[in-house]
Amino acid sequence: MWSISNIANWVNEWLGKNFSAAWVTVFEMVIAGILVISLFAVLGLILVIMERKVSAWMQIRLGPNRVGPKGLLQSAADTVKLLVKEAMTPNGADKFLFNLAPYLAIVVSMLLMAPIAFAKDFMLWDLNIGVLYVSAISSVSVISILMAGWASNNKYSLMGAMRSGAQIVSYELSAGLAILSIVVLTGSLNMNDIIRSQADGWWIFKGHFPVWISFIIFLIAITAETNRAPFDLAEAESELTAGFHTEYSGMKFALFFLAEYVNVFIVCAIGATLFLGGWMPFHIGHWEGFNHIMDFIPSSLWFFGKTFFLIFLIMWFRWTFPRLRIDQLLNLEWKYLLPIGMINLLLVTAMAILKWHF
Amino acid sequence: MIANLPNYIFFFLAFIAIFFAIMVITAKNPIHSCLYLVLTMFAIAANYVLLNAQFLAIVQMIVYAGAIMVLFLFTVMLLNLNADSEPVKSNLMKFAGVIVGGTLLLLFTAALRKSIGDAEPVMNSIPMQIPNHSNVGLIQNLGWVLFKDYVFPFEAISILILSAMIGAVVLGKKEKVQLSTND
Repeated sequence: MWSISNIANWVNEWLGKNFSAAWVTVFEMVIAGILVISLFAVLGLILVIMERKVSAWMQIRLGPNRVGPKGLLQSAADTVKLLVKEAMTPNGADKFLFNLAPYLAIVVSMLLMAPIAFAKDFMLWDLNIGVLYVSAISSVSVISILMAGWASNNKYSLMGAMRSGAQIVSYELSAGLAILSIVVLTGSLNMNDIIRSQADGWWIFKGHFPVWISFIIFLIAITAETNRAPFDLAEAESELTAGFHTEYSGMKFALFFLAEYVNVFIVCAIGATLFLGGWMPFHIGHWEGFNHIMDFIPSSLWFFGKTFFLIFLIMWFRWTFPRLRIDQLLNLEWKYLLPIGMINLLLVTAMAILKWHF
Repeated sequence: MIANLPNYIFFFLAFIAIFFAIMVITAKNPIHSCLYLVLTMFAIAANYVLLNAQFLAIVQMIVYAGAIMVLFLFTVMLLNLNADSEPVKSNLMKFAGVIVGGTLLLLFTAALRKSIGDAEPVMNSIPMQIPNHSNVGLIQNLGWVLFKDYVFPFEAISILILSAMIGAVVLGKKEKVQLSTND
């Protein structure tokens, strides 16, 4: 049967026949790099047009409809526009840090791609602490935002960066607690082990009530961590013009934009992996016949289907809830989400010990 | 060459860590110092990976690079310090600083001497390869050690951290009360 892992194995065998082991490693690294970069470009194009179409649909508009069939090539045209635009550096800016920040943002998102299982037996790096790796690397992304905000030498940028720093550092805790609840149930930090543990049902079904709570906390926390509405205080167009990337133009702005969208994809992929089984098809306990039918749908389709469903949810939030104030935002985290998350973690632990899950 | 690779990587990482650590104290701009410190933390985290202690490396990244350094950057930016407004230390302060720093250096040297003495048999065999065989740094083993052998110190430290946290909350609250009375 055709599957991505078969293609990868075939490429590996073909390279192994024709080249020595060291060259095979080099070639495979180059191929992986090219794949990650092209996935970046494609994701950027798709997510931008998706966001615009979803927002248009929610507001009963048409959305972009001139470039290409039904306006689907609009984001490609926008990319060309951004590429040819002049990338300015303000006079009072810290030139080095100002120019470094967008690249740092992109590199962080690229590193986050490593432990994600895109299909059955298809991931870049099968790390034994995959989940922790994700939270460690994603915590670095805030440094790029702080760097951009400070180096721009603009009060709006600085304010946006400060808000973003406070927001990401605090919501990381809730996201971490929500992730931990699945780690407690699985007993492993490895992404593949977590997915395999969902072979007889996804955790959101198997773990019932406590897992629902952690899923909701996780959704709120990742929306905040990726700086998306209703938590988009870091850019808040109406108050701070564009927050930390006010001074950026052309391709440097595009890199921030791309990093933001790819981060949304990544956190949704993590959410899909932890709560919705990643590439694992929809299985119900021991219904062998039903599970077998579900296995005919390729694992990559399951993964991307779940991930894009979560992305749609996050876009839905954006057009449903008004933006929070900074004090409301911090109150929500420290006074509600964090205590609830901690108690929920205890509940999940009790459930895991007493085997109350299915 | 390949067998010595961990050694070369170690010296490279150690060089990076020390270089950026020196940059931290020589940089004119406090923000730059903070960013250099982040790089130093990363170099140290990479050293942990070299010792096959991935969990420690990741924790180093989450706690130091991700949380503490972000708060440092945050505070420095909030105060908007720059090279001009840095207060000039008096000679007495400098003298005290030298004494404290020297004492710390003495302490570290003593600790290093002792650890080298303890590790002599290990150091004499192939130095950098021993840690690669051990699984001490893996998360399961670390968990066993923490919750079996060192459970009391571990819990005691958590109480210490809790008390620090409560202290911070109390301090934060106090300021608020004063503000409201001033209003």
